[in-house]
Amino acid sequence: MLKVNICGIELKNPVIAASGTFGFGEEYSEIYDVSRLGGISSKGLTLNPKEGNNGLRVFETKSGMLNSVGLQNPGVDSFIQNELPKMKKLNTVVIANLGGGTLEDYLKGIEKLNSSDVDMIELNISCPNVKSGGMAFGIKSGVAFEVVKEVRDLCKKPLIVKLSPNAEDIVDMAYKCCDAGADSISLVNTFKGMAIDIYKRKPVFDNITAGLSGPAIKPIALRMVYEVSRAVNVPVIGMGGIASWKDAIEFIMAGAAAIQVGTANFIKPDICLDIINGIEEFMNKEKINDIKEMRM
Amino acid sequence: MLKYSKEKIYENVRINDSTYKIVLKGNFSGVPGQFYMLKSWKNEPLLSRPISIHNLYEDKIEFMYQVVGEGTEVLSKLQFGDELEITGPLGNGFDIDNISGKIAVVAGGIGTAPMSYLVKKLKSDNITAYYGFRNKVYNIDEIQGYVKEIKISTEDGSKGHKGYITDIFKPELYDVVLCCGPEVMMNKVIDMCKDKNVNIYVTLEKHMACGVGACLVCTCKTKEGNKRTCKDGPVFNGLDLL
Repeated sequence: MLKVNICGIELKNPVIAASGTFGFGEEYSEIYDVSRLGGISSKGLTLNPKEGNNGLRVFETKSGMLNSVGLQNPGVDSFIQNELPKMKKLNTVVIANLGGGTLEDYLKGIEKLNSSDVDMIELNISCPNVKSGGMAFGIKSGVAFEVVKEVRDLCKKPLIVKLSPNAEDIVDMAYKCCDAGADSISLVNTFKGMAIDIYKRKPVFDNITAGLSGPAIKPIALRMVYEVSRAVNVPVIGMGGIASWKDAIEFIMAGAAAIQVGTANFIKPDICLDIINGIEEFMNKEKINDIKEMRM
Repeated sequence: MLKYSKEKIYENVRINDSTYKIVLKGNFSGVPGQFYMLKSWKNEPLLSRPISIHNLYEDKIEFMYQVVGEGTEVLSKLQFGDELEITGPLGNGFDIDNISGKIAVVAGGIGTAPMSYLVKKLKSDNITAYYGFRNKVYNIDEIQGYVKEIKISTEDGSKGHKGYITDIFKPELYDVVLCCGPEVMMNKVIDMCKDKNVNIYVTLEKHMACGVGACLVCTCKTKEGNKRTCKDGPVFNGLDLL
């Protein structure tokens, strides 16, 4: 009943642990049976290892949090060699989340992942584009189109493109990414935000801005998922502040074929199980046989 | 071992102005230096708070904490029977079996909290405690009988040495130093140990989100690269920290 199919890959249920909040799955597997999940999106990878940002990396805000981790990760090679074998044993769909600072980095990363055991690739286009002065690939649809097109030509796995809510026009962005060959769209990544330490009279983060996530962003994320779902004809994976089964169902009703849970994993480590169980109970009570039937 | 559970507050005692102790009844696990993520609220604040094990007995666990912000403020209001969500035990903890000889336990303020459990579990009978406080002295009775000697400092001179604990601490007298306290104090103790070539282990405090090693917001820099304070620590070899 809970099964969903995203670009030919069957997920046990529509609940995926979001990139950057679930490591490579191993940590949470000590607390609960993560094979119950529909899938796990890996910690954001880059071609080469990254140390991440200096200074404070997390700051709580009203109903949310800002993070400035800066894509700390072991690099694609180390992921494939050391993390992926363990991840595959978790018995759930493995999504490799890939970012990059240049088009070449994306392509080299894709090439390596092509010959790995990952089930799907989620392309993170929220990364700063080194060549265009640090503006993210995911801001202007034209730039995103070029990246996704080249990646699509090379990529042998189902390709999800993860959108930044900071895009100039989220619907046009989604449309262009699909035009370039995306098999699925996931949205939204974190919102660019900031916080100031009024006693030090300076931003709390060394990078000045950071990514806002958590329940605070849910209504905006939901609106974006709703709009994008109506504009594209590929499966949409919705996320942004989902912290309960009711939130998850809202995203599914808005048009999401599956959903991702991020920050809420920090609120309650096994919250994904509550969400999976809650969706199932709701469907039973409402006599819904298939996730797709819930779409408004 | 590691689990998430909902517990009921047995006691939440005020120790002094801003220091409190939560007691939960039940059978819990953990080694000295490990911590639990604590949360008693539904919506605000968002994240759980990492609090070290202050004491662990067969039938209860104690968490001592200082009210420093919104989360610990909420914790301080908890009463008998109130619900507390906990995840733990987390982190590596002290490697008790491999700590021996003449030991100095150096702690400052709320940094003395995890040391109560530590000195009870250490296998050495040659432990000296160096406890530094701003003014109010606490956690002393806790460790009487488990340590050979207790040296105290207060910044206002109300008890023991007037000044900082590092004024009277002599690393060269010990085989190993175990330290927890404010960052500036720990850095000073690490420097002193480096200088005299003495082994030192410190337990770090950082802002955390997941507490289990997944989110990488609590990393610290070591000679071997970034380490997760929550998972690879919070206890680190002081000489490895950058």
